[in-house]
Amino acid sequence: MEMNVTRRTVLRGAGSLGALSALIAAGALKPIEAYAAEWNKAAFEAHDTASALKGLGAGTPADHKDLILKVPDIAENGAVVPVDVISNIPNTSSIAILVDKNPSPLSAQFDFSNGALAEVSARLKLGQTSMVKAVAKADGKFYTAQKEVKVTVGGCGG
Amino acid sequence: MADPMKIRAQIKGDVTEIRVLMGHAMETGQRKDAAGKVIARKIINAFTCTLNGKVLFSAELAPAVSANPALNFFFTARESGTLEFKWTDDDGSVYALSRSLTVT
Repeated sequence: MEMNVTRRTVLRGAGSLGALSALIAAGALKPIEAYAAEWNKAAFEAHDTASALKGLGAGTPADHKDLILKVPDIAENGAVVPVDVISNIPNTSSIAILVDKNPSPLSAQFDFSNGALAEVSARLKLGQTSMVKAVAKADGKFYTAQKEVKVTVGGCGG
Repeated sequence: MADPMKIRAQIKGDVTEIRVLMGHAMETGQRKDAAGKVIARKIINAFTCTLNGKVLFSAELAPAVSANPALNFFFTARESGTLEFKWTDDDGSVYALSRSLTVT
């Protein structure tokens, strides 16, 4: 039920704020968490990278050399692929990681504040050989770095 | 049964690195059981780390995050106090741990 309400809210655009305001006033949602949850829901539900980036408000981010993405060239186990992202772009407030060929490319979004560094490590599932993209948000602008990860079947090289 | 949450901290100079390991199957909702029935999605979809109630690091996770999520993150501690680590499951359940942090 909750998911249906949110979807209708997203589709309605401006009108959705009324519904959200009512929920906030009723104390059912904290304002910032409610907004963030709704903002990202479309991105997480997108089935292609372009739509996921649009959902994040990232459009077509520019490559940035100070956004460092570390992934293995070849993943021994597609179920556990280590991904490290370091953003040396000043004022990076969030980093998202997308896997192009996954059913839902947006895999995780991380936010940093109050002294946290814009650096994170995670482990992701890759269904097949795919580009992995890091997207950093800094001062309201979006930047990207990407690398291909080959996913092998049966341990043979790609 | 894996621990719901294990925390490791390493301090190098000003920077504290936290390694969190969360015991959770992270069921994607794409698998089927032996009878061919879809196994419902059930994942940790959010994780936060706060220091004295202020959010340092927060994560929104999708089913593409590997089972037993392991996240590493870093911060420069600006004050001593209580670190709280919390994860939230799709079903709304929450698991939280607190640790004291002393900045000298």
